[in-house]
Amino acid sequence: MTQLILEQALNGLQFGLMLFLLAAGLTLVFGIMDMINLAHGSLYMAGAYLAAAATQASNSFVVGIGAAMLATAILGALLEITLLRRLYARNHLAQVLATFALILIANEAVRMIWGAQPVPLNAPDALSGPVNIAGFFYPAYRLLIIGVGALVAVLLYVLVTHTRLGMWVRAGASNREMTEALGINVRLLFTIVFAFGAALCALAGAMLGPLLAVQAGMGESILILAFVVIVIGGIGSIRGALVGSLLVGIVDTLGRAALPSLLSLFLSPEVASNFGPALASVLIYLLMAAILFWRPEGLFPARA
Amino acid sequence: MRPTKYLTLFATLLLVGSSVQAAEANRTSLKVGLLSTLSGPGAGLGVDIRDGFNLAVKHLNGRFGGLPAEVIVVDDQQKPEVAQQAVEKFLKKDKVDFMTGIVFSNIMLAVGPPIFDSKTFFISANAGPSQYAGEQCTPFFFNVAWQNDNLHEAVGQYVQNKGFKNVVLVAPNYPGGKDAMVGFKRFYTGRVSEEIYTKLGQLDYAAELAQIRSLKPDAVFFFLPGGMGINFIKQFVAAGLSADSQLFAPGFSADEDVIKAVGAPMLGMFNSSHWAHDMDNAENKRFVADFQKDFGRLPSLYASQGYDAALLIDAAVRDVKGKLDDKEALRKALEAKHFKSVRGDFKFNTNHYPVQNYYLRVIGRDAQGRVTNKTMGTVFTNHADAYVAQCSMK
Repeated sequence: MTQLILEQALNGLQFGLMLFLLAAGLTLVFGIMDMINLAHGSLYMAGAYLAAAATQASNSFVVGIGAAMLATAILGALLEITLLRRLYARNHLAQVLATFALILIANEAVRMIWGAQPVPLNAPDALSGPVNIAGFFYPAYRLLIIGVGALVAVLLYVLVTHTRLGMWVRAGASNREMTEALGINVRLLFTIVFAFGAALCALAGAMLGPLLAVQAGMGESILILAFVVIVIGGIGSIRGALVGSLLVGIVDTLGRAALPSLLSLFLSPEVASNFGPALASVLIYLLMAAILFWRPEGLFPARA
Repeated sequence: MRPTKYLTLFATLLLVGSSVQAAEANRTSLKVGLLSTLSGPGAGLGVDIRDGFNLAVKHLNGRFGGLPAEVIVVDDQQKPEVAQQAVEKFLKKDKVDFMTGIVFSNIMLAVGPPIFDSKTFFISANAGPSQYAGEQCTPFFFNVAWQNDNLHEAVGQYVQNKGFKNVVLVAPNYPGGKDAMVGFKRFYTGRVSEEIYTKLGQLDYAAELAQIRSLKPDAVFFFLPGGMGINFIKQFVAAGLSADSQLFAPGFSADEDVIKAVGAPMLGMFNSSHWAHDMDNAENKRFVADFQKDFGRLPSLYASQGYDAALLIDAAVRDVKGKLDDKEALRKALEAKHFKSVRGDFKFNTNHYPVQNYYLRVIGRDAQGRVTNKTMGTVFTNHADAYVAQCSMK
């Protein structure tokens, strides 16, 4: 029983930390630039594909991840300079339409370059088995994901709260006009933040690639979850993104694991097996609705 | 006035006469609409069906029953609404003579009614929902593969024979997944400690695997087609569960498409199939050799089904001598099945589903050191599906 609870908690943590990598970039872009970027998931997909290609070329997973992060950051910067910059002043509908078009373009581009079938991206052989910690088994690769996710969370915290760049970012998030008036190059700041968010996307894509599948359209399902996370956490807040990610990760994992058996206690097995998985998949949306009911601005609103 | 009137009448008669003639005349060409899942996690299945079908077309020199054949390939993206649009186009614009290719039963059930209403024959190379085998059976649906439950029944029988005592079942929450669990339990009567339903298309099984670990089963039976199964096996092995639980699957989750993606961790896994690439008959040897030559990989059971679907159409068109509009004769020709399947012999039951043998395969290394399936023995001989009694074919 302890094994089960601990393992599920770690699973939730692992899923949550990966969501955080996506949500961190998304919440900064949304919070600071007031820009809804639906193509965030496409950057995640691009990162996964580039990691697969670079890993294959270099025969090293670490090199693959590094190259993918760098390349996706450049791609993100180019995207921001050429296209997204023009959308900041527009309303949200125009932004949604334009970035939705980007999703379609990105998916088709990936199909044209790599084909419709998933491309292989495997974790290093040394990490393909389980680790045994005093009789407790856990997949080594998932443990690595938890480690990387936690490290990035700490680095981001230091970066945002203890550096000058982080100060500008926070200032930009709470009052853009005032920040500009203080002589900070907000244009450049936006490009840097966007490229940084893209690199985090690539990291998430590369880390999740071996666990899930590197395929066209992989960004959409996770993008929805990332939006749920930033709405729960409060738009523009890194701390909110972290707490929101962990909440969503744990609620989703525990819901899937425990809900069907919990329901079968007081419903017939037939109904429980039908209703359980269905309810588990909407559980995080119920969580979001509940949080928005009591905290309409999210848990840690940036402009509070 | 008068001559013009006569002229009009004459012209009309001519027109009517010629159109009647056209309807009765032998056709000079035919069209097949191949609607399959060619992108997303289920893409491997559809691609193999398409490639198997196309290989047969090539072997037949581009002709079905002597008529030049046009095969129109469309991707359903594993979405019922996309499939519905494609079917609409096949029926109204392309006016296809046959349809084939659908992988997933939920999509088959969504597009079935308009196809059957238009009296177009659907030759299923995969989807075999229980509905069309039983109460909703129709003259216009033929399945050259199996009824959804069959491969699961074969695994259930084998797990029962081997005396496993505590089994966990895993399948996606959709009609095919429910059929899988029902099929397995029809022949395995021991203890099932948990039936785990996952979301269709789910790729991360961490929560389910933790649950399996806590249940300590001696066997795990899973049915997760395409990319879902690839991820499940990888994560099952990575979690260290393969040391304590024997993994069983229907052939869908342990064929060449999955082996190619997972590799060595699958060694020793048992699975069931109605066909295997090492089957010893002339048709199969030619099919396997040419498939490898054309596509650079071993064919999967899906490819064999696509191949057989094309051969069935060919044989039926030949039997009716190209008179495709005589639906009654065409149906009889399809039922008669005058072709040699790559799986050896099979015949159609009254519900247009196969009566055939099912085999047990194990994944091992072949003479060249490749990880691949090897046929172990026969589980069922001339096995029919469980729904045929409910079918009153009109």
